[in-house]
Amino acid sequence: MKTLLIGEYREGKLLDSTYELLGFAGQMSAETSMLLVGSETQLPTYSGTLYLAEAATCGEYNPGLHKKLILEAVQKESPDLIVFLHSSYGWDLAPRVAAALKAAQISEVIAITDGGFEVGCCNAKMRRTVKPATAQAVLTIQAGAFPVLQSGGTPNIQKLTAAGDCTLEFVGYEPAEKKDIDLAKAEVIVSAGRGIGKKDNVPAIQALAKALGGELGASRPVVDAGWVEHSHQVGTTGQTVSPKLYVACGISGAIQHLAGMKKSDFIIAINKDKDAPIGEIADVLVVADVMQFVPALTAKVLR
Amino acid sequence: MKLLVCIKQVPDLESRFKPDAAGVWYNETDLAFRMNEYDEYAVEQAVQLREKLGEGTELTVLSIGPDRVVEAIKKSLAMGCDNAAHIQDQAASAKDPWQIASIIAAYAKDKAFDIIFTGMQSQDRGSAQVGVTIAEQLGFACTTTIVGFDYVDGTITAKRELEGGIKGVVKLKTPALVTCQLGLNVPRYPTLPNIMKAKKKEIVAIPVADLLTEESLTTTASFHPPAKKGGGIVLEGDVADLVEKVIAILKDKTTVLR
Ligand SMILES: Cc1cc2nc3c(=O)[nH]c(=O)nc-3n(C[C@H](O)[C@H](O)[C@H](O)COP(=O)(O)OP(=O)(O)OC[C@H]3O[C@@H](n4cnc5c(N)ncnc54)[C@H](O)[C@@H]3O)c2cc1C
Repeated sequence: MKTLLIGEYREGKLLDSTYELLGFAGQMSAETSMLLVGSETQLPTYSGTLYLAEAATCGEYNPGLHKKLILEAVQKESPDLIVFLHSSYGWDLAPRVAAALKAAQISEVIAITDGGFEVGCCNAKMRRTVKPATAQAVLTIQAGAFPVLQSGGTPNIQKLTAAGDCTLEFVGYEPAEKKDIDLAKAEVIVSAGRGIGKKDNVPAIQALAKALGGELGASRPVVDAGWVEHSHQVGTTGQTVSPKLYVACGISGAIQHLAGMKKSDFIIAINKDKDAPIGEIADVLVVADVMQFVPALTAKVLR
Repeated sequence: MKLLVCIKQVPDLESRFKPDAAGVWYNETDLAFRMNEYDEYAVEQAVQLREKLGEGTELTVLSIGPDRVVEAIKKSLAMGCDNAAHIQDQAASAKDPWQIASIIAAYAKDKAFDIIFTGMQSQDRGSAQVGVTIAEQLGFACTTTIVGFDYVDGTITAKRELEGGIKGVVKLKTPALVTCQLGLNVPRYPTLPNIMKAKKKEIVAIPVADLLTEESLTTTASFHPPAKKGGGIVLEGDVADLVEKVIAILKDKTTVLR
């Protein structure tokens, strides 16, 4: 088994998530090579072959060109698996490589199973075991699903160059919105999810946060709907938090939300659905209507 | 200009899922279906562009699936799409993303679309592959996960959402495909007059066999619930009792009430 891992690099830095790819390859017991569009000054600690192209000339986001570079490395290595992270870089690039090779693609792999790969579905409520039907396959692995592996050493560098077809122009980065509160410092966070039903119910969640001496958090739909400011959003595209207590009110437990709060010391979830995936990581799952339970709890805490 | 928006119908995700007879996907009995959330943003963006460009622009909505998907198509027509293509397929859920993308590319191939909109992923399958694969098959420029969109004279300026809330600004020339992320806009609710008007809009039905030429590149071995990690406790019952129990747990396991 041979894998070609596609490392990640952004704003002039190698991303730590690259080491999760090595964790995956470790679990596969696979022979490994890596490709990175990055910089010689930001090399991963890893002792295998590294196909390196300079981001300074190839761009950090230039999928047409990055695809060409990957195809060149694929030709040299003939890997069985070409592995990306399931990230804004990976899910954008992987299907382009898979289409060029007409290879099976399996997205957001969370575990390796007998002859196949386990992936989540139905908003993380269910799982599928999927197998490639082609000799070569492209995978994207879920962020956080595989351990970080830093084996040390320096890579054996093989330089790649490719030129030409730029189907788009990358203009630049825009920083994340300024945060008016730093949730990372909060000891207690009580978060509102879509299950609270409407904007008018936000104060009731905020009241519990206040009663417990904490801050208000939110899942993404609540922010997208304009019920709560973006600075309160917890998750991959919001803030990462690890309070002593996290209370999830009407939040289903999608992976992008869990990624932002699963390191909390103690998690209480209130959900009317006993099967909600938040139950997989919650210390306590209270099966109840959130708008009946939360005000009652607040009243008791204040008493 | 010619615009296309691709939508999928998905079950209400708050439902309970049971495996189907083959054990490879969910059993559809008792499930209520609606438009994939990501696609609502795609439809809204396409309709906004259609309104901005005005006369001479045609916006088609496409969906693959059994008869039930006509409901989602009708909603898109009521939101402002001009006409629709229903690719009739009883077995759409058994097709992998490569096949779904190939069917859409086969449909779009000779129709000279300038811009195609899709959701970034579906809520049930979640492969995030179909949009990009359609673009690759058609040779369109493509970018994904957009939270900002503008179009002027053959050039799209899109904002991609990256991890941590950073955004990447990208310009692409049409023909192009974009995959839409949650929060891109505020999807409208169809109004009653528009629902009535939509009834007169044309829905072309095309049997999937006319467009399908590709074999599946993956096979699904099983569909099952996650192995419960355990550890956590589940509390059920009367609200007053639940409150008492949670207060006791907070006192016992955390320091927040001390
Ligand atoms: C690239 C990407 C990045 C993302 N980033 C983030 C992120 O940073 N943060 C984030 O949160 N999400 C993010 N998401 C979205 C994520 O996938 C989910 O869609 C989102 O987390 C769902 O929010 P929710 O749990 O509030 O809503 P839903 O998934 O709709 O869940 C609502 C829950 O409320 C329960 N409920 C309903 N009514 C009641 C009631 N009366 N009483 C009790 N419970 C009730 C339901 O059973 C359900 O479990 C991202 C998605 C993508 C694709």
